[in-house]
This record gives sequence, C-alpha cells and structure tokens, in this order.
Amino acid sequence: MTKRQIWWLLIIPCVLVAAAMIASLLGVFQFSFRRFIPGSLSAGGFTLDNFYGMARPIYLLVILDTLLISFLTAVFCLILSYPVAYALVRTTKEWLRTLLVILAITPLFTGEIVRTYAWMLVLGTQGFINSALLSIGLIDTPLQFMYTRFGVVVALVHFSMPVMIILLATAIGHVNRDCEKAAANLGAPPLSVFWRVTVPLTMPGIIAGTVVIFAWTMSAFATPQLIGGGKVLMISNLVYLQGLSSFNFPLAAMLSLIAFIAAIGSLGAIQPIVARLERRVALQ
Amino acid sequence: MQAMTLQKTSFWVLVAIILAFLTLPALVVIMTSFNPTEILRFPPQGFSLRWYARAFTYSDFQNAFYSGLIVTVVASTIASVVGVAAAYIIDRYQFTGRRLLEFILVSPLIVPRFTTGFGFLLIGAQIGLAGSYPLVILTHIVLVLPFVMRSVYVSLANIDPALERAAANLGASPINVLMRITVPLLTPGIVGGWIVASILSFTEFTASLYVTNYSTQTLPVAMYTYVREYTDPTIAAISALLIVSTTVGMFVVDRFLGLKRILAIETH
Repeated sequence: MTKRQIWWLLIIPCVLVAAAMIASLLGVFQFSFRRFIPGSLSAGGFTLDNFYGMARPIYLLVILDTLLISFLTAVFCLILSYPVAYALVRTTKEWLRTLLVILAITPLFTGEIVRTYAWMLVLGTQGFINSALLSIGLIDTPLQFMYTRFGVVVALVHFSMPVMIILLATAIGHVNRDCEKAAANLGAPPLSVFWRVTVPLTMPGIIAGTVVIFAWTMSAFATPQLIGGGKVLMISNLVYLQGLSSFNFPLAAMLSLIAFIAAIGSLGAIQPIVARLERRVALQ
Repeated sequence: MQAMTLQKTSFWVLVAIILAFLTLPALVVIMTSFNPTEILRFPPQGFSLRWYARAFTYSDFQNAFYSGLIVTVVASTIASVVGVAAAYIIDRYQFTGRRLLEFILVSPLIVPRFTTGFGFLLIGAQIGLAGSYPLVILTHIVLVLPFVMRSVYVSLANIDPALERAAANLGASPINVLMRITVPLLTPGIVGGWIVASILSFTEFTASLYVTNYSTQTLPVAMYTYVREYTDPTIAAISALLIVSTTVGMFVVDRFLGLKRILAIETH
C-alpha cells in the first residue's frame, strides 16, 4: 500500500462523520424555513414566518436573557477561575498541582445532570445553604435561589469553571517568566507585577476563554431547565418546549439556528482581536 | 517581606474558598445520598443505604444503564478509530479541504448541543431511524470525536520522526510503518482519548434527550425524567456513585497518562 492509498483508506471514515455533522446542521437549516403544520411532524413549504416570528417580544426577551445570562456567567467564571489557574501553574509542589487539577477538572466529567441536581440540593428552599443560614440564625425565612436568574448563573459559573481553568492555565503556562522577573528586579511590587505584566501577557487567553464560555453557556440546557424551572428561560429551553413538547419543529429549528449563529458569530468575531493581541504579546 | 507573606497567604485563602465552591455541590450530593428519609434535611438525621438500593433496583435506571453502556462503548471505540485516522491525515498529509475537514470535525465543540441533537433528530426522523441505537451512537461519535482528536494530536507531536524514518529506511512499507511504529507509539493518546470520550458519552445529556426514545434512553436522560417526577434522594445515590467513580478515574488517568499532558497545560 502506498502513502496515497493509506490516505484514501483513512479519509473515508472522516468524511462520513463530517457528512453526518453537516447533514444534521442542514436539517436544522432546512426546517427553519418551512411552514409548521399543527398536528403533523412533517413540515410544509418554504416560509420566512419562523424568522419574522422571532421579533415577537417573548422570543426577543428570551434571546436577550440568554445573552445576559451567558455574559454574566462568562465574567464571573473568569474572576473565579484565574486564581485557581494561576495557583495550578505556579505552585512548586507537585502533589498540590495534582490535587488542584483533579478538583478543578473532575466536575467537567460528571455531566450536566449530576451537577445541576447537586445545585438543586444546595440552592433549594430546604437546601444546604438555606438550612445552614437558618440554623445559625442569619435568616428567618428561606431565601429564594431556585427559579431565579441568580441561581441559574451560580450553577452555570460552576459548570463552566473547569473549561475556563484549562484555557487560562494554558495561557499562564506560556508566560515568559523573565518578563515578570525583570519587572520585579526593577522594583515593582508583586501585585503590580501581576496586574501590569502577567495579566496583560495572558490577555489573549483571557479574552478567548471568556468568549468560549459565553458561547458555551448559550448552549446550556439542563441547568436553566431544572434550576430555572420555566421561570428563567434560555433559547435551549424554548427549543425543547417548541420541539419536544409542542412538536413545532420549524420554530424549534429557527431558534436552534439563531443559537448556532450567535455561538459561531461570537467566536468568529474575536478571532482577529485575539490574533492581534497575541502578536503584541509575542513582541514583548 | 511581611506584606508579601500576607499577600501570599490571602491568595491561597482565596484559592481555597474558590475550591470549596467547586467541591461543595459534590459533597452535598454525597451527604444527601445517605439521607434516611424522603424529606431532605441538613445535616441528615441518621444514615441509610436505601436510596442506593432503590437506584439499583429501579428498572428504568437498570435499562438506561445498559443502553448507556452500549452507546458509550460502541461510540467511543468508533470515535477512537476515526479520531486516529482524522488526526493522522490532518497532521501528516497536505490536501485541499484539509482545514475545512478539521473545522467540521471539531465544530461540535462550538455548535450548541441542542442544535446538534435536534438536527440529528430531524435527519433521523426523515430516514426512519428516530430513537434507534444507530442514530444515538452516530450522534455520540460526532460529539466526542474532537476530544479524541485532541488527545491523539498531543501524542503525534511527541513522536520522534526519526523512528518512522528509520523503519522506512530499513524497508518497512508505509502501512507497516503506520501499524507497527506510529500506532503503537500513539497508544497513550488513543487510550487517554478513549477514556475521556467514554466518560463524556456516558454522561452526555442534552443531545441524547433529543435522539433517544424510551427504549434507548441513556442514564442521564432517565435521571432527568426521574428528577422531574420524584423528589426523593435516589438521584443523589446515582450521582454520588458517578462522582466517586469519575474522581477515581481521573486519578488513574493522571497516574498513568498525565492529565496535564492530555489537557496540554504547561507548568513551571
């Protein structure tokens, strides 16, 4: 077998999988522009109604809410993840690093349902936080965390932190420590070294990570579904409601398409910014 | 000097608080799973294993566990084969459409899960495969493939090209070099990729909700249905088992393959 024949042998499965992915996206695209026939799973002819339907206040509000929740999640996720990523890369003790990696990364692999259920136990009216606050007498009546935007954001921040920590740790790992040492030798106190050298040098990672989490959060489903409980709606919950409860496939497809475009668009938009920052950082 | 120690101490206190936030939900789940009554109380009044017994005997969970296992094993194994093929040709060959192929194969990382799942539901319905194992497995292959590819890329980059050249110079045919030199050297990457893929496939929820039906539903889907119907701590028992086994799995992967290497984190 020549190298060429090996290539043919290997590319066939890759193309098949790629074709399946494309077919699923084309399915969504195609259904977005077809007419909904109530009571039937098949869709009618071409229409732009689903697209214009998005201008209705209920959908606009959900889309805006999705963007707001994703933005808040990304920002808080960044603030909480940076110290952990920094500690993980810079600690000199190997056992501590292993412990940090395991603690930080394991939640990523327990799945959406387990983690969301865990947060229901923590945030519920009779949950962990309320029981603790009641028993030490800080509050008299339970606080409402479930079915609020706050509860959804807290759980989503927790959900996204492992990914953010990995991305930030990669960025911090690439910082040339000579720059920090030079600043320190010239008399900069540790905090200014951090804010004026380390943070700017990791800015490409910070921006890329924040936008990745923003895009990622837009596709969260279980968390807003169970913790939002219908009171906090994201696009994913509307897709589920329209697609699997009302069987309005065309409208669900249009909502999925919008979420897809928002995710791809936000990631595509930052590419030039990150590339420019990376060049600037490389010069230093 | 004293100011610096203070800063250092406060930094580590901050890190400890954040780690407590990361770990708290898991600890609460484990605590709840031993709760003796249906009504949740913190701290639990007693100790009981009844929810573990219920989790193991509830037939929906038993069935979902086996369907999930079938989907996970088949999907991650196929994804590993395809992932090696994809990473190899994208890394070692130059051809038109190479970047495009790579972009499509890693796109499930950025396309919302519900878009992918809903898309597979739509095409599955059109070809009469809605809710069937082939459709669920295909969806899972697409979703976990990027993780296998990433793991194999890291291993490919670590192979000394001299080894492949030496084998070729000694008369090994290209397929022999691939099968007897390259693939064995990629083993850590393939095994690491397979483990990550199977954990992700076993716990995948959003897309599975769209492509499965009652007879092919995976464990997370069955758990979701249960949470919506009952409030007892059975789910806490399953969750506790999943959390403990994943943590142990992570330690094993770290011990033998190095998590930092798989995740491509550089340290100083």
